[in-house]
Amino acid sequence: MKINLRFFASLREQLGISDEIVSVPAEVKTVGQVRAWLIERGGIWAESLALSRNLRAAVRHEMCDDTAEIADGDEVAFFPPVTGG
Amino acid sequence: MKIAIQTNDFDVSAELAQLRIKHRDVGALASFVGTVREVTKGVNDAEVTQMELEHYPGMTEKSLTAIAQQAIERWKLNDAVIIHRVGVLQVTEQIVLVIAASKHRGDAFAACEFMMDYLKTDAPFWKKETTATGAHWVDARSSDVSALDKWTR
Repeated sequence: MKINLRFFASLREQLGISDEIVSVPAEVKTVGQVRAWLIERGGIWAESLALSRNLRAAVRHEMCDDTAEIADGDEVAFFPPVTGG
Repeated sequence: MKIAIQTNDFDVSAELAQLRIKHRDVGALASFVGTVREVTKGVNDAEVTQMELEHYPGMTEKSLTAIAQQAIERWKLNDAVIIHRVGVLQVTEQIVLVIAASKHRGDAFAACEFMMDYLKTDAPFWKKETTATGAHWVDARSSDVSALDKWTR
């Protein structure tokens, strides 16, 4: 399925991109699996998205955890813990 | 409910006045203003010269609306306002305004604090501070997460 990835703040700077449309394989069904799939790219992707890094995610503009399921056309965002206010 | 994400400054008096005029049975308006501080703990107490705020358009509005809606329902507020600025701000400038309007002060105070506590942990904004050593992303604080405990007990 196709999903629209978004990256923000320091994560965006590390990866060097703010968004990317990707086609994920059939076995990638959750946000956690998307992250793992991106880590497989290696290099800066493996470093920036490493599971040891404290990152948050959102699907369809709502904060979620790794178990959140994704659907075709979804916007999936990864970002550092928020610091507004 | 008024939710706004904007680069320009807001006028606290005007926002309070609008609420008073709109709701004749409101007896209490509790407000909070967050501002840009000169000293940042993150970079050895370095002096901040400016701050830049990034956000996630599309999700930010949704997040702030949900926070305000929860506060309105939990404390039966007459109204709530959240205005958050983005872009480049200078030291002493206003960043965020949160107002809870209620019949009584207990509900207004609690709701105002609740909205700020949840905004700090859930609203998709990120701050970058500029000091003498360059621009640095601010780290989230664990104390902000612990602040939520009081609302879930």
